[in-house]
Amino acid sequence: MTTEYRRLDIKPVGDVTVVRFRDHKIIEDINIQELGQELFQLVETDGCDRLLLDFSAVDFLSSAALGKLITLDKKMKAHGGTLKLANIRPEIYEVFAITRLNRLFDIRQDEADALAAF
Amino acid sequence: MPTSKTNWTWQLDRTIPSELVVGRKLLDELLAKLESLKWNRHDIFSVHLAVDEALTNAIVHGNKSDAEKQVRFSCRVSPDVVRVEIVDEGGGFDPHALPDPTAPDRLECPCGRGVMLMRSFMSHVEFHKHGCHIVLEKKRS
Repeated sequence: MTTEYRRLDIKPVGDVTVVRFRDHKIIEDINIQELGQELFQLVETDGCDRLLLDFSAVDFLSSAALGKLITLDKKMKAHGGTLKLANIRPEIYEVFAITRLNRLFDIRQDEADALAAF
Repeated sequence: MPTSKTNWTWQLDRTIPSELVVGRKLLDELLAKLESLKWNRHDIFSVHLAVDEALTNAIVHGNKSDAEKQVRFSCRVSPDVVRVEIVDEGGGFDPHALPDPTAPDRLECPCGRGVMLMRSFMSHVEFHKHGCHIVLEKKRS
């Protein structure tokens, strides 16, 4: 994997690609577009089929960011891959719960918990 | 529900162009004020989320990001309540006719959660003028 990623820190752990968001606030439209492109590239170009999104640095995200995650989830499923989310702080988890997206996404407490679940 | 006797200790009234970056600067002013008044993290997060969704609705969906159209942004803060009003110049919509984004057949739609999030995270939400005028209130926890 030689692609430069501006919005993401990528860390392979076994056959799982752990992705940590660099932005603390995922809210600006241009950033969300770039973020989406980078995530989609991981799946469609780099062939990552086990993806863990680490939200430990994220303290805010807008509903537009949720939309990108939904699209990512669809792409993962289309490619036969598995997506998990981890380290989501309580306020942001509340957003997933209110929107029932906690039923769509596999959300785990932390990285270790998520990696064990793959 | 705040009345004319509500003790507003801070207010901000601006008319801005239909640019999200401009609207978010006003929102940052409001959030900084709430932080200075020691509002708790959850309340500030709630106001941030709901008002950002309302700004997006007004600027992007209402005014179609048209530079010719303006948005009126007003906020008031009292010791116990924050009130935000946003008015756009768009064609309006029926906030009561929105599909449920949590319905199984809509869960995977990438859009359509903004109004739901506003209603969930604020204490009170009102729509006027066919959806072009929104009032958001949050009672301090």
